[in-house]
Amino acid sequence: MSSIFSASIGKKLIMSISGLFLIVFLLVHLGINLLMLVSADAYNAGAHFMATNPAIKIMEPLLALGFVIHILYATILTLQNQKARPENYSTVNQSESSTWPSRNMYVLGGLVLTFLVIHIINFYWKIKVLGGHDIPSVIVDGVEMHDTYWLVAGLFKFWWFDVIYVIGAIFLGLHLSHAFWSAFQTLGLSNIVWRKRLHVIGQIYTYLIAIGFAIIPIYFLITG
Amino acid sequence: MDLTLKVWRQANATAKGKFEQYKVNDISPDTSFLEMMDVMNENLIQQGVEPVAFDHDCREGICGMCSLFVNGRAHGPDDDITTCQLHMRKFKDGETITIEPWRAAAFPVIKDLMVDRAAFDKILQAGGFVSVNTGGVPDANAIPIGKAEADEAMDAATCIGCGACVATCKNSSAMLFVSAKVSQLALLPQGKIEAKRRAKNMLAKMDEMGFGSCSNTGACEVECPKGISLAHIARFNREFIKAKFND
Repeated sequence: MSSIFSASIGKKLIMSISGLFLIVFLLVHLGINLLMLVSADAYNAGAHFMATNPAIKIMEPLLALGFVIHILYATILTLQNQKARPENYSTVNQSESSTWPSRNMYVLGGLVLTFLVIHIINFYWKIKVLGGHDIPSVIVDGVEMHDTYWLVAGLFKFWWFDVIYVIGAIFLGLHLSHAFWSAFQTLGLSNIVWRKRLHVIGQIYTYLIAIGFAIIPIYFLITG
Repeated sequence: MDLTLKVWRQANATAKGKFEQYKVNDISPDTSFLEMMDVMNENLIQQGVEPVAFDHDCREGICGMCSLFVNGRAHGPDDDITTCQLHMRKFKDGETITIEPWRAAAFPVIKDLMVDRAAFDKILQAGGFVSVNTGGVPDANAIPIGKAEADEAMDAATCIGCGACVATCKNSSAMLFVSAKVSQLALLPQGKIEAKRRAKNMLAKMDEMGFGSCSNTGACEVECPKGISLAHIARFNREFIKAKFND
C-alpha cells in the first residue's frame, strides 16, 4: 500500500477517484439548478436545503478538497508527462488516432477552472462569504430564506453572463466527454465489452450535464 | 513517383540534429517504404553523402525493429502495419514526406532515425517472465484455461515491442507495451504465481526509465501494428491496484 501514490498508476488513481467524486457532485448540483425551471419557490427551497443540511455542510470542505487534489495531481502528471518527451515532433497528425478533448484535458480543465472562479464570485461569494445581506428574503412553506432565485435571475438578465455560462457548460462537457470512461479505465473497471457500455453511459452523462447547465441561462435569456 | 523526403539527420546521441531534404525519383507505388529508403541511400552513397541510418530487420512485420514517424504518425499513414509493410501507394506523387525518429526521453536517438529501445528490455527484465519450469509443449486442452482467456493472452502476446505506442502517445507512455506483457502472463496459470510482483516491478521500472503516464487517449491502440487493445491497460491497472492493496 505504502508507495501506491508515488507510482504513475497510483497518481492516475487519485485523478480517477477525485474525478468520479466531482462527477457525482455535478449531478447533485444540476438537480438543484433544474428546480429553477419548476418554480422560484422550489429552487429557493432546494438552495435553502443545500445551505442548511448538516450532511451537505460536511461535504462542502470535502468538495473543495476534491477540486484541489484533482487540479494538483493533474498539474504534477502533466509536468511529468512533458518531461517524458523533451524534443517534440515537427509534424504530428494525432487527429487520426485520438480525440481533441482526450489530448487536451489539462487545457480544458484550466478553462473549466477559469469559469469556476467567475461562478464562485457570482454566487458562492455573495451568499456565503459576504453573508448574503444584499439578498432579499422570501418565505417558502413558512420558512424564511434567501431569495437565491432573485440572485440568479438578476445575473442572467445580462446577456454576456448567459454567454459565459453557456460556454462554461460547453468546456465542462468537452472535459467530461473523455473524463467519464477514462476514470473507469484507470480504476481497471473496463474491458472490451464494458468499454463500449461505459462510452455510451459517459456520452449520456456528458450531454445531460452540458445541456442541463446550459439550459438555465438560455431559459432566462428567452423569458427575459 | 517523384518524392521529396524531409529526413532527420543526427550524427550521434549527443549531437544536435536537423532536417535534410533529399529527392527520390521514379519510385513504383508498389515499393515498400523501406525499399524507397534503400533507393534514397543508394543515391546518397553515389553522391558521396553518408547514408541515413534507420532500424530494420525481418521486413515482414514480425520482428519489431523498424520504426519511423512518417508524416506525423507512427509507422506512417496506414493501420495495423509496421513501416516495412507500408507501401508507397499510400502517398501522392510529388509529395513531401517528413521522416522522424521515435521521440521519447526513454528512447534516445543513436543516429539519424535509429533510437535506443533498451528501456523496453529493462522493463521485461523487471518482471516480464515466468520463473517456474513449464516443461515441454503441453498436450492440447491439458492446461486448465478457457478458449476466451487463451485467445486474449495470445492477442497480448502478439506485441512485437516496436515502440509505436510510446512514439505516438502524447505522454510517451509505455503503458500499452507493459500492459500487453503483464496481460499475456496474468491470463495464464503459469504466470499467476508472480502476477503481483510482476505488475509492481514492471510499473516501477517503466516509471524509472522516464516514460509518461497513461491519459487514456487511445492513440497507442490505433497506431499499434498488432492492434493491442486498451483493455490490457485496464487489466494492468487492475493487477497493479490489487497487488498494492494486498501489500
